[in-house]
Amino acid sequence: MSDKIIEMKSVNKWFGDFQVLKDVNLDVKQTQKIVVCGPSGSGKSTLIRCINRLEEHQKGTIIVDGNELTEDTKNIEKIRAEVGMVFQQFNLFPHLSILDNCTLAPIWVKKMPKKEAEELAMKQLEQVQIADQAKKFPGQLSGGQQQRSAIARALCMKPKIMLFDEPTSALDPEMIKEVLDAMVKLAKGGMTMIVVTHEMGFAKEVADEVIFMDEGMIVEKQPTKEFFANPKSDRTKLFLSQIL
Amino acid sequence: MNIKIKKILPQLATLFAVVLIFGFFTFNAQVNMDNRGIEFGYGFLSQESSFDVQFSLIEYDGSHSYAKAYLVGLLNTLLVAFLGILFSTILGVVVGIARLSPNYLIERSAAFYVEFFRNIPLLLQIFFWYFAALRALPLPQDAEAIFGISFLTIKGLFVPRFVWENLDIFFYSVIAAIISIVVIRNYARKLQENQGRQLPVFSISAGLLIILPLLTFLIGGVSLNFEIPVLEQIATTSYKYTGGLGIPPELIALTLALSLYTATFIAECVRAGIQGISKGQKEAAASIGLTPNQILKLVVMPQALRIIIPPTTNQYLNLTKNSSLAAAIAYPDLVLVFAGTAMMQTGRAIEIVSITMFTYLSISLAISLLMNWYNKKIAIKEK
Amino acid sequence: MSKINFLKPDKENLNTYLYSGSFLFFIAIFDVFINSFFEINITSFLPKIVSFLLPLILGIIGLHLIRIEFSGIKNLDLLNKNINTSTFNAVLTLLIIFTIIKSISPIMSWFIIDANIAGDTKEACTGSGACWTYIKIWLNRFIYGMYPNELQWRINISFILLITLAFVGLIPSAKIKKFLTLYYVVIYPIIAFILIYYLISGGSLGLEWVETGAWGGLSLTFIVSFFCLIFCFPVGMFLALGRRSVLPIVRYISIGFIEFWRGVPLITVLFMSSVMFPMFLPEDFFMDKLVRVIIAISLFEAAYVAEVIRGGLQALPRGQYDAAKSLGMGYWKMHIFVILPQALKLVIPGIANTFLALVKDTPLIFVVGLLEIVGMLNLAKTNPKWLGFAMEGYVFAAIIFWIICYAMSRYSQNLEIKYKTER
Repeated sequence: MSDKIIEMKSVNKWFGDFQVLKDVNLDVKQTQKIVVCGPSGSGKSTLIRCINRLEEHQKGTIIVDGNELTEDTKNIEKIRAEVGMVFQQFNLFPHLSILDNCTLAPIWVKKMPKKEAEELAMKQLEQVQIADQAKKFPGQLSGGQQQRSAIARALCMKPKIMLFDEPTSALDPEMIKEVLDAMVKLAKGGMTMIVVTHEMGFAKEVADEVIFMDEGMIVEKQPTKEFFANPKSDRTKLFLSQIL
Repeated sequence: MNIKIKKILPQLATLFAVVLIFGFFTFNAQVNMDNRGIEFGYGFLSQESSFDVQFSLIEYDGSHSYAKAYLVGLLNTLLVAFLGILFSTILGVVVGIARLSPNYLIERSAAFYVEFFRNIPLLLQIFFWYFAALRALPLPQDAEAIFGISFLTIKGLFVPRFVWENLDIFFYSVIAAIISIVVIRNYARKLQENQGRQLPVFSISAGLLIILPLLTFLIGGVSLNFEIPVLEQIATTSYKYTGGLGIPPELIALTLALSLYTATFIAECVRAGIQGISKGQKEAAASIGLTPNQILKLVVMPQALRIIIPPTTNQYLNLTKNSSLAAAIAYPDLVLVFAGTAMMQTGRAIEIVSITMFTYLSISLAISLLMNWYNKKIAIKEK
Repeated sequence: MSKINFLKPDKENLNTYLYSGSFLFFIAIFDVFINSFFEINITSFLPKIVSFLLPLILGIIGLHLIRIEFSGIKNLDLLNKNINTSTFNAVLTLLIIFTIIKSISPIMSWFIIDANIAGDTKEACTGSGACWTYIKIWLNRFIYGMYPNELQWRINISFILLITLAFVGLIPSAKIKKFLTLYYVVIYPIIAFILIYYLISGGSLGLEWVETGAWGGLSLTFIVSFFCLIFCFPVGMFLALGRRSVLPIVRYISIGFIEFWRGVPLITVLFMSSVMFPMFLPEDFFMDKLVRVIIAISLFEAAYVAEVIRGGLQALPRGQYDAAKSLGMGYWKMHIFVILPQALKLVIPGIANTFLALVKDTPLIFVVGLLEIVGMLNLAKTNPKWLGFAMEGYVFAAIIFWIICYAMSRYSQNLEIKYKTER
């Protein structure tokens, strides 16, 4: 019970009249790696964006590391400091160098001294093998390099959970591998990860559980081996046949 | 060999054509001037001007030279340009931000303002304020006092004049405050780098800027008196205000029209700048835990300013050039005083118009160069 | 402000809060409304300041009471998220509503209720509102300037012809489409010039000559705008190409030319055209004042058009230039068939803006003695029989310009959308 780091109970969300999440229940334990897949429009991005309150849910409860997500802003900021997110469009800050991108939050949110923040940042950048580009600006790097920098930036806040929203979908094929390698390394290091992706190879290698979503509902949730070997629902079978 | 000719021939041809045109004009000018007995030269600038100017920031009357008159006009132009830039920026920023408000009423009101004032010619707006709106103001004797010390009349806005005692001490205290603010900012920055602690620099700076000069009133012997305008009767039906500062209605009308008109363009620049920052930037900043204020200060504004500043500076340039419309309502700016009155008196059309155009050109080029330098310096580096 | 829990609405007593809040809100609006339209002050028994601020206070309390998050009622939530997110927001909303109500009454009385339009003389304007009679009497001058009344049919015919001929582009015949560019850039302007020269100006073909100094009013605005428009566009295009040329002399001359015209105010350019320019012409070569003005304004605006087009040329991907060159196209073919059509589509809003600025700049020609509509207004308001009607004149001109400029900007926005989807 107490090692559940994310608890989602009966979560419902509407965009205007359109219901995008229907009665979603999900529990995530620490160090678990979960992959979420499904057709576009199924609500998978919305699901993880609710976890760090980039989207608001209208019904149900979401508890992250013991804190419930409500309109209380102080709470939200506390939760966001523990949850890191990597975006499909990277969203690095173009006016700051890679190093400054990484040290921004530690300095201004955790009030770290600049030297300490820079050491921390360089360590994270080394982990994703991009330390030599630290002084460069995002506009000077390739897509794969930018995404790895984005991962390092999120890691600099020492999050307990890392959320990935289709991290490789905007990359050219030859750069997908370098980003996936960085994510695999992170997973093997014990990080709790929820990854929305179509990269099933990654899921097979690293995920503990795979979730299939369609039309706002969790259709199937199984341990990885079971998911690929014996998908229970017809919709899952159809989806897998299309992407594998 | 062939390629070289292809490149050189058109250039020579163009050069030849340009030289021909200029030569033609110069020749004609020479002939015309000879026929009319006009000389060409800039010596007239040191002659006595023998005309007065209604409103001037420096000492001037008819016994001063034309060069002095030029200076008077130039200063008046710079004055109205400065006031226009100040007010239009404030108004433009407010309206620009209002255009992005989720409040339907606020957004629509701002949009209405922009569409309304943007589509009416500036000259028409100047005429409206000067000939219609300001003419409806009361005569000096009928004016109601604003806060008991200012009077808005058909002859102008009369406000109290500051009379300083020991102004230099006050001045030094302001300088001292500024220096200490710079020192404190550096200190705060070092502190943050070394220990991570943050000082409320803004509050401290504001406090210093207010308290130090105020102290001079208490212990520095500085005192500020207001010379309030007083109604005086000069004939049976006409009154005027003596003392205090009189702001001529021409200046008011011009500043009002210029500010309201230019603010619409600045509002659009500001709006484009802030909208140009993609949602993903704000989300990424939020996801690493920055507060809304920090997001604005560290992520949104640095990027938005890069988009906002170049076109806004262009608008400042337009405002300065548009201030030449002052000629239409007899505000003594550079064009009216120099290219108007002075030219009519001396008949030196070519010299005077060339000096005037050259002045405006210099202002434009200076600002362009400044803008180019600024752009190069802050350009976001790309591949 | 959210810390104030006093009177904070909650979901249980939803209806009570909703009704009481809305009631207070509507009372506030009603008070301002009655005050403004009927000049009845229902709170006159209170001291002046309190009576003045009362609607605001009532409104703030009312809106505070209905500020409920997630009430479940769709319209209420929409309203709250929009205009009622905080006390500051509520205050702004109330101020805007009050201002609108307070200004409708005086505007309507000046424009319509107390205004006059009947009659022939100043005495017919008895009301305290606008004297539209003044506009009615002067309308002819405002449109035709000092052009002799009996000859104004010539202007009418010219304009009707020009407008009909402008719609040639809508004829669906395929044969015509090929010549459209040639038509608009060369033939149409020539026709316009012929009409102006022979019909409006006259002096031959049995028509009496009317000097350009007598032309004026809106018709002059249109004539000047039209000709400056068609001249400044091709000149601007050449300047833009020149500025991007690889030949240094051509480039520097273009840059110098562009920066010169962009750095000086239009009024000095007009002074130059009327005072300085004649000095540069041969002794007996007389160029009509209007022609000089049109040339001056065209050159001035051409510099701005050049910069706009240059932006489009720069925005075009290099691949287009490369593809055209690799197909063997020379400089001119490449630009006429590939580069310019695309670049011009990109900068439609910029060009429309410049045209708009041109129309708004035409009133400046008063400095050289040509009286288009604003100039005529200034003349009319000093007429001794009609003193004191400056406001009506300016409002009238403002409305006309506003309609023209707004229509143009709307049209260019539509063009932009149409071309965006075509891509």
